[in-house]
Amino acid sequence: MLYSILIFGDDETFGQLSAAEQDAAMVKHTGLQKILSDASIMGPVAKLHNSSTAVTVRAQDGVALVTDGPFAETKEQLLGFYTMECASMEEAIEIAKQLPLGIATLEIRPVEWFHGGVLSPAANGE
Amino acid sequence: MAACCRLRPMESEQTFARYLSAARPRAMAALTRYFRAVDISEDAFQEACVRAIKSWPSKGVPRDPTAWLILVGRNAGVDALRRRERDRTLLEEPAPAPLGDLEAAYAEEIDTSDFRDDVLRLLFMCCHPELSEQDQLALALKIVVGFSVAEIARAFLVKPKAMEQRITRAKRKAASVIAALETPSPAERATRLNAVLTMLYLLFNQGYSSAGGALHIRASFCDEAIRLTRLLLTLFPGQTEVMGLLALCLLHNARRSARQDAAGSLVPLDMQDRTLWDRSQIAEGQVLVEKALRHGRAGAFQVQAAIAAVHCAAASAPQTDWEEIERLYEALEALTPSPVITLNRLVAVSKTRGPAQALKGLQALGAVLDDYLYFHSTAAAFHGELGQWAEARDAYNKALSLGPSDAEISYIHLRLDELEK
Repeated sequence: MLYSILIFGDDETFGQLSAAEQDAAMVKHTGLQKILSDASIMGPVAKLHNSSTAVTVRAQDGVALVTDGPFAETKEQLLGFYTMECASMEEAIEIAKQLPLGIATLEIRPVEWFHGGVLSPAANGE
Repeated sequence: MAACCRLRPMESEQTFARYLSAARPRAMAALTRYFRAVDISEDAFQEACVRAIKSWPSKGVPRDPTAWLILVGRNAGVDALRRRERDRTLLEEPAPAPLGDLEAAYAEEIDTSDFRDDVLRLLFMCCHPELSEQDQLALALKIVVGFSVAEIARAFLVKPKAMEQRITRAKRKAASVIAALETPSPAERATRLNAVLTMLYLLFNQGYSSAGGALHIRASFCDEAIRLTRLLLTLFPGQTEVMGLLALCLLHNARRSARQDAAGSLVPLDMQDRTLWDRSQIAEGQVLVEKALRHGRAGAFQVQAAIAAVHCAAASAPQTDWEEIERLYEALEALTPSPVITLNRLVAVSKTRGPAQALKGLQALGAVLDDYLYFHSTAAAFHGELGQWAEARDAYNKALSLGPSDAEISYIHLRLDELEK
């Protein structure tokens, strides 16, 4: 089954780390991405822009109301996510433990349905 | 207490310092509301930082470092005031509250609307109209950002002693803003935001325009300006000019490393290696401009950011959408008429309708911009494109007589050499 790791944290935390700590965190991310892709169990992975770029769309009186800012007015925002094929929740937890802990909180949720996406090469976010 | 603390595994002293400086604007705003005086608040925050550095390594960084610092700072400030007052009269105040649940309550308070006015007030204090631009920046850097007097003095090439006196005087002048704690009316809030945004852009430009890398501190002005603008946008998420300013700063900052060559001279936009541009900052800036302009209340920062976004969107200099840039400069002229903006529009006109057309427009500006270096170098470039070598040479020489920086001198000489060929 496909599982997701949703990464929640403060937009500012990463920027507050020293260069060495940032590097250490990035090494964990790229390391895990390599493990997942080498094993061909890596689904879509994303890092989101700062939550100040967000707009929120909800219905008001039957029309779409667009407001500025993220949906949840909390310090901890959705920063990004992984998806990967795992045999069990236990396996997903073990994978999540390889990510930098302490600078963000990881929520693991099984994916009920997903589509791998159809993108032109130009849309590749890297 | 245990519930709201957790040990983060990657902590280092450097990281603690970053937590402290990240918390500073919010904490200073809250402490200044409480004590209604900047000096006491600065000392109180300083004391809170000292205690944080003692306690965090063993007890862990609190879940909300800012709330912790505000509470500890408040208690420290009250203690200091008590000591000061002891000889005169004993303060009848409840004992300082213990940390713990209070910290969580405080963390919530930090997100309230009162609090955002506190942050705005603290920044607004620094742009008091009686202060010179440089004093405004010095005050903001000292109080809000937390730079030392020595650092600020070095950045502005002033003796520390003189800077100390200027900051003290500036603080005294601006004190009335802090003393009046009323909640601003929407109109007053808008006025304050505008003044603060202008100051933050000035801070950004102080860092951005100092080429040559001689002053490392100035480079950090850009980062601090971006950080404070981000904070304002978190507090005022629907303010389009805050989005515009953040976008503008990010779109300029994205090109920072391409703006200087190995020798430290300025590289003009059309000559920059675009692979050095920071794509992530550009994307964020572009999204913010678009988000702001959706509101249909275009302001000067949004339009300037939109212009920067058009430049950033071009894969190469010749692919720049000059027609869009010309339209945007027209919009900017309508919002904030100024001969310098007209000059910039004419640069776009030279690309869309040719240098002859642009030169015609330039003639009307000669009277007001005769002392402006960029006016003459722009005229020179137009003449050059038209093959009018003598006029081009004259205009470059006029530009050289107006005190250009070293980078500009070498750029102009390069152009003059080309004319000789």
